[in-house]
Amino acid sequence: MTRITLDGIAHAYTRQPRSEKDYALRPLHHVWEQGMAYALLGPSGCGKTTLLNIISGLIIPSEGRLLFDDRDVTRLPTEQRNIAQVFQFPVIYDTMTVAENLAFPLRNRKMPAAAITARVAEIAAMLELTADLKRRARGLTADAKQKISLGRGLVRSDVSAVLFDEPLTVIDPALKWELRSKLKAVHRALDLLMIYVTHDQTEALTFADRVVVMNEGQAVQIGTPEELFEKPDHTFVGYFIGSPGMNFLPARVDGNRAYAGGGEIVLGAGYPALSEAVRIGVRPDFVTLTPGAGLKVQVRRVDDFGRKRLAHVSLGGVPLVATIPADMQSVGTEANVSFDAAHVLVYQNEVRVEGIAA
Amino acid sequence: MMDKPTNNRAWFFVLPVLALVLFSSIVPMMTVVNYSVQDSMGVNNFFWNGDAWFRDLLDPTSEIGARFAGALMRTFAFSAAALAVEVPLGIAVALCLPRRGWAVGLSLVVTALPMLIPWNVVGMMWQIFARQDIGLFGAVLTGIGLPYNVTQDPVSAWITIVVIDVWHWTPMVILLSYAGLRAIPDAYYQAARIDGASRWAVFVNIELPKLQKVLVIAVLLRFMQTFMIYTEPVVVTGGGPGNATTFLSIDLVKIAIGQVDVGSAAAMSLVYYIIILTACWIFFTVMTQLDRRRDT
Amino acid sequence: MSLVLDNIGLTAGQDTIIDSVSLTLRRGTMNVLLGPTLAGKTTLMRLMAGLDQPTSGRLLLDGKDVTGIPVRKRSVAMVYQQFVNYPSLSVFENIASPLRVARLPKGEIKARVRHAAGLLRLENLLDRMPAQLSGGQQQRTAIARALVKRADLVLLDEPLANLDYKLREELREQLPPIFAESNAILVYATTEPTEALLLGGETATVWEGRVTQHGPTSEVYRRPENLTAARVFSDPPLNELFVIKRGAVIETSTGRQLPAIGVLANLPDGRYRVGFRCDGATVGGGGAGMLGFPGVVSVTELSGSESFVHVDVGLGTWVCLVRGVHDWQPGAPAEVSVDMQRCFVFDTSETLAASPAMAASA
Repeated sequence: MTRITLDGIAHAYTRQPRSEKDYALRPLHHVWEQGMAYALLGPSGCGKTTLLNIISGLIIPSEGRLLFDDRDVTRLPTEQRNIAQVFQFPVIYDTMTVAENLAFPLRNRKMPAAAITARVAEIAAMLELTADLKRRARGLTADAKQKISLGRGLVRSDVSAVLFDEPLTVIDPALKWELRSKLKAVHRALDLLMIYVTHDQTEALTFADRVVVMNEGQAVQIGTPEELFEKPDHTFVGYFIGSPGMNFLPARVDGNRAYAGGGEIVLGAGYPALSEAVRIGVRPDFVTLTPGAGLKVQVRRVDDFGRKRLAHVSLGGVPLVATIPADMQSVGTEANVSFDAAHVLVYQNEVRVEGIAA
Repeated sequence: MMDKPTNNRAWFFVLPVLALVLFSSIVPMMTVVNYSVQDSMGVNNFFWNGDAWFRDLLDPTSEIGARFAGALMRTFAFSAAALAVEVPLGIAVALCLPRRGWAVGLSLVVTALPMLIPWNVVGMMWQIFARQDIGLFGAVLTGIGLPYNVTQDPVSAWITIVVIDVWHWTPMVILLSYAGLRAIPDAYYQAARIDGASRWAVFVNIELPKLQKVLVIAVLLRFMQTFMIYTEPVVVTGGGPGNATTFLSIDLVKIAIGQVDVGSAAAMSLVYYIIILTACWIFFTVMTQLDRRRDT
Repeated sequence: MSLVLDNIGLTAGQDTIIDSVSLTLRRGTMNVLLGPTLAGKTTLMRLMAGLDQPTSGRLLLDGKDVTGIPVRKRSVAMVYQQFVNYPSLSVFENIASPLRVARLPKGEIKARVRHAAGLLRLENLLDRMPAQLSGGQQQRTAIARALVKRADLVLLDEPLANLDYKLREELREQLPPIFAESNAILVYATTEPTEALLLGGETATVWEGRVTQHGPTSEVYRRPENLTAARVFSDPPLNELFVIKRGAVIETSTGRQLPAIGVLANLPDGRYRVGFRCDGATVGGGGAGMLGFPGVVSVTELSGSESFVHVDVGLGTWVCLVRGVHDWQPGAPAEVSVDMQRCFVFDTSETLAASPAMAASA
């Protein structure tokens, strides 16, 4: 059993960091549990790769401790950490067959030959590589090579964690979902702690039990896919998760009412008096155009996605994206919108404010 | 993205180069072919000799044939000896060179220095270097009691010529290997560490396979250069003692200029040329075939 | 004003790469080539540009035969999937480069570059070098360069494919109004149905070197004339079901008998293939006009605001849409409800026999 503890892990570019800008990764406290799958999600430069490199041992963090169970591994080299890693581009041993590639980590650790054969067969079956086991690895397609890399990452059952560094980058788009589901199935079959770095929300949400959303060196929210969708803790999460992202409207909040764009919006909860920059956030899925009731808006544009239609509207000059219900045939230049009160959230200084009670 | 439409006018631009090649290579070469099928009696008095020069040359029982066969064997032996030292040594040194930091530039410049020295200067340097009385190399070897004598002892002469070539040209193998090693993404080393691979396993399973293409080029270049070696032995040993270090190129010059045996020399240079060409071709085909077979 | 492909074909040895494609692309309209990787979209564009010559057929620009005229003599601009900019030139000079080649006066160049930069929101980046730009900014620069030339034909080959999804999302919204301003013949290749829908205009579905349908984008989406057009225009993939219709009953390949309702109701007896997109099926909660299929969840793909539940129903694996983010666990039993009003039905020749649009107009 392994638990990974991030005890105030941080990494600064300079010796004496003065401000938050000097940090590639700002201090982070968290515990990652055995058998769970975590995704580190964020745009490029958000610090997710730095965090992964700290866990793999490529980078020694400038602050904090990294514990595998109760063992401090902060300064240990990679080979002493007992981890496996899958890289962005396929890493295979050209001279070996597929089976030898998969067996390599086990052979180096002097596992008995019979046990190696059994384990290699098991992993190959999971990744549908059985037919290729005897082939030279170098002649295969990029997709197959990356499957071998995945297999080598998963073949050891005694690792503390398996790290994935954007492993689907080289995969043909049409095959991506197949590998995504394969990874998910593998995670369920093997009781391993997995950490997956990506900038793709679908990859992260599909694969992980918990997603760590990162921006500008900071982990802005750690939560289940549902939590990130339903209750983003930070405006960045609202923006980054969802296509399109959340609507944010500058507002004044008074009890369980918000006033934005000249209209009154009912909230799902009451709020204490808020002073500084307050915005309400609501996903396009929870603002709908109505035939009559609701707040008056000007319709700027309609986007037809086929399975859904979204209207870009203006609520008293504030831009807003709203869902057009399937049964609404035509949309004119003026319309009304209604907000789903339970899904209208309040943010102060970019952070979500918890409501008190309805 | 190949966005090049076919345009026959492109040939027009290549024409000058073709003309240049015609005058610089093909015309002289045809002169050699011309000589190789004629005999001369004094200046400008040529008559048809057919393939007699070639038959003589390739008949080991004839005087010129025996001489040619000997020189050919010595040249092959020299190439083999030089390659056997330079390639492993070059890879080994390349593996030891620093990968990052200020030391990279410095070590590369120092490594490359011998290559910048002209052949004849290298020869002169080593001629002095190998002397038993004042030469560092010769004096030290003699000092510690080894029977070293370039001018008298064939073994000493051979060792010296091979050492010169190794000193002069191993840097090329080093630089090529170093470039090849640098091109291996860090992920491979990281993966190998995670997989628990030993240093030797990393070398055999990652570095050597990834170096293969670079090494093909290195071996090819070194083979061609060593097979054509001339200046160093001429300056240091003069082809001796006896004809112990008389390689093909030296023999060729001796016959053509020393004995003014133009026809024989022309035939010899053609055969020489064909040998190099064939050796390179076989070498290249075998290497690329090997490459393809491994893929399937 | 148009570009006409008249029975254009391209063969290489025994292989047919493009199989007699006829298309009319009008000026001022967005023409989308929609198809999977390697369907022949890029080849078609190269033929339109004159980079390759067709082995059969003619290419007419505004009624004039331009087949065989090399690309340099045509007025063509192209944007690629990779960000292609001159690394040593500033953004301004990158955009201005085709105008400098054309030797336009300085004032004119400046005005046109400023206008294009304004459209693509590059005003504040004109002095930067390409290396200092993000991927999205680099691709906007490349698009500005293509537009500023005012070429007759502007070809965009999956221009957003290499961008992160957030940038892709933003550019998808920004591009259509920019293209609307252009008077060129615009051709845009993409693998993504969503992109085609947002770009609007006309769409040609490309499949194995053939154009299987061409028409207004939303019409092709809502009324695919054949199975390949429907498949190409579905992401996630089209769910398919084989049935034999006998009177008011349909039988599936496992022998299950179901009522022939919805679009199937008025069809003659026979063998059909029913196709429906993910939004035509949901998990649980069947209602009127729906058919239920019990199955087992194989995986749930979660995009930011939608859940795509893959369910193995014994007749294949179907993808069902559930709004919001809900994680069904693999292996869990699930009942798929298919809305029979939202299905396409294809006959044995893979031609459309019934669709929701046909039912609505009937």
